[in-house]
Amino acid sequence: MSGLTPAAAPQVGQPVTATSGGARLWRSLGGSASILVILVVVLAIVGLLNPRGPEPVYYLSLLKRAAPLAILAAGQLFVLVAGEFDLSVGSIVTAVVVGSAVLTNGDESRTLPVVGLLLAFGIVVGLVNGLLTTKAGVPSFIVTLGMLLIISGGVLLWTAGAPRGSITNNLRLLGRDGLKNVPVIDQLPYAAIVILVVGLAAFVLLHRTNFGHRVFAVGGNARAAALAGANVAVVKTAAFVVSGVSAIIAGILLAGFGGLSNNAGEGYEFQAISACVLGGAVLGGGRGSVVTSIAGALTLVAIFTMLNFLHLPVEVRSAVQGGIIIAAVAYASYRQRTG
Amino acid sequence: MSRRLAALFATFAILATACGSAASPTPAPSAAAPSAAAPSVAASASPAPSAAASVEPSAAAGGACAGAQASEFYNQAECERQLAARTATATGPADSLWLQAIAPVMVDTAKFKKDGPYKVCFSNAGVNNPWRVVGYNDMVHEVDIQKKAGVIKEFVHVDAGGQDNKQISDIQDLLTQKCDVLIVAPNTTAALTPAVEKACQAGIPIVDFDRGVTTDCPVTFVHPIGGYAFGATGAEFIASKVPSGASVLALRILPGVDVLETRWSAAKAIFAQKGIKILGPEFTDGDPAKTKSIVADYLQRGAIDGVWMDAGATSVGAIEGFEDANVAVPPIAGEDQNDFLKKWSDGKLTAIAPTYPTFQWRTAIIAAVDILQGKQVPKEWVLPQPTVTSDNLAKYFNPAMPPLFYPMCGCQTMPGFPADWQK
Repeated sequence: MSGLTPAAAPQVGQPVTATSGGARLWRSLGGSASILVILVVVLAIVGLLNPRGPEPVYYLSLLKRAAPLAILAAGQLFVLVAGEFDLSVGSIVTAVVVGSAVLTNGDESRTLPVVGLLLAFGIVVGLVNGLLTTKAGVPSFIVTLGMLLIISGGVLLWTAGAPRGSITNNLRLLGRDGLKNVPVIDQLPYAAIVILVVGLAAFVLLHRTNFGHRVFAVGGNARAAALAGANVAVVKTAAFVVSGVSAIIAGILLAGFGGLSNNAGEGYEFQAISACVLGGAVLGGGRGSVVTSIAGALTLVAIFTMLNFLHLPVEVRSAVQGGIIIAAVAYASYRQRTG
Repeated sequence: MSRRLAALFATFAILATACGSAASPTPAPSAAAPSAAAPSVAASASPAPSAAASVEPSAAAGGACAGAQASEFYNQAECERQLAARTATATGPADSLWLQAIAPVMVDTAKFKKDGPYKVCFSNAGVNNPWRVVGYNDMVHEVDIQKKAGVIKEFVHVDAGGQDNKQISDIQDLLTQKCDVLIVAPNTTAALTPAVEKACQAGIPIVDFDRGVTTDCPVTFVHPIGGYAFGATGAEFIASKVPSGASVLALRILPGVDVLETRWSAAKAIFAQKGIKILGPEFTDGDPAKTKSIVADYLQRGAIDGVWMDAGATSVGAIEGFEDANVAVPPIAGEDQNDFLKKWSDGKLTAIAPTYPTFQWRTAIIAAVDILQGKQVPKEWVLPQPTVTSDNLAKYFNPAMPPLFYPMCGCQTMPGFPADWQK
């Protein structure tokens, strides 16, 4: 986990490029990099509180736990930057966890076809979300909230509340296992590799391509972007598709980590949005960064762990967690205002 | 400007929900909890011999349940009664647990006797968790047996989907359908009591099962021994496997649900008596991923010498928490869910599975038919609550069954087994 901070640092220090996208990237990273500070502080506290000290093995196990949220946040960010919301991702995660159990029924030969089917499902949900938002003119908050209800209702109907079957062992490897016999850290979780690969792909797509620049432009000022030649509907719809696909990957990671549960993804949509906001994304669009959103996701999970180690009563923990989230966003926004 | 406001509103909504989601119990786990008897009804059957329902420490001393803190969910007399019932001899055939009854007080049903075949109606709280899916499956197959025997002609099932209001109107609807008998599995005790009372006044015999109602107007109330017995059996086992002063992690689904609180209060009392230190209790929300994280964090804080759980739904998550940390799984109390039994069997764990048997769904049909045939039934039909131990694990664990199957179903000898339970 601590490996992420140095990885992010060079980007903060990168020279400002001449393009407007690059400048925006600089601003967004520079302004919200405070989440990286918060993350390091929380992780340091976790290390101090841990009776066994700051064990690298434990930090890496935290990555397994945080991976689904980190991937979701990376996908959600595209939609947020484009000025929309995607509340359907939690229900997609549940559908993936339940679907991977019911459709494979423990038969490893079915894993790949089922993963393909699930990815197609994520793309379709993203397309529907995007088209309804852009073509039917329904606010995305409502479209994706409706989609959340439709998908979770569909899962309930499909399984009658009691999912059958079991998740194949090879599918579970990704979220649960890792590369063995790595020096110092013993085991490098596959989840860590997934965060790096998906994070890098999302970073390049959002911050280094024309499409990414258009996402920022559309979210910053849709009218101006349209006048400049961007197809707003296509850009926004594509952002929803990215989010849908990220939800499928997150679902596969969670199915691996936690196993079968009929409410696996519940609440993840709001955690993902919270993670992005912690990372400096602005609701309403136009601003956000992949690196800091992932850092926001890791911070959320780290805060929860910190509260576990603080021996706080269960009843107090969620309240304290809420307070810390608000304080962190306030701090980031203060830093942003004062530069 | 309006966009700013919308964004502001959304931020509040998100923060409220993100934080709330951690705190508020999710609906699914609460439904996942198979419920125990309502103490108020159960206590009327056979008063506990020694410990009176008193909060005085002197009266409580020596009782198996002594030491639990007083709470609105805790009834020491009922707890003592349930713990004693575990070793009581049940009447009825030894090979058919679903026909057995513990300390039955029979009631006469001659006034309900009529000629068959019968129309049996069933108002069901829901089929919304694996335990209820297996139970309902048991029930449907018992109906099939009775249909083949020419006893039942029609079975009407109405599913309330876990909603009190829906179930109240379901019961009203069923009263207009010329049912010969009405079986009710109440969604919640308090909300459904008036509806059940109204049904009683309509003159048809009522069979209540699973959760109780606070009226004795149903002809019989069918349920296993109860939550105190469930919690105590797991806790006693763990206590017998760890030294005094050991640390036992208590994992609960969520607070405030009476049927789960009874399990926990009995366990807490036993751990206190044996001088065992409790880690937690932590709430899992029925989420295996969260369960796993809790185990991982406690392993960082120190040794976990045992794990007690108030329900088996996330027991595999807990076990995986130890596996992934490369720590041997300590003695663990789960439930008779097949995925847990598989882990136990494969990993040769030190484990126990108290049960809340699904075979009571069979018994409800049998009780309904008995009443219509004028046979005496127990006023309170207390079914045995067998325990899966390492001695009988091989008998109950069947690798061919799905992970969420509950083998204490009395279904292994029914026509259609195992195929109908594997779908």
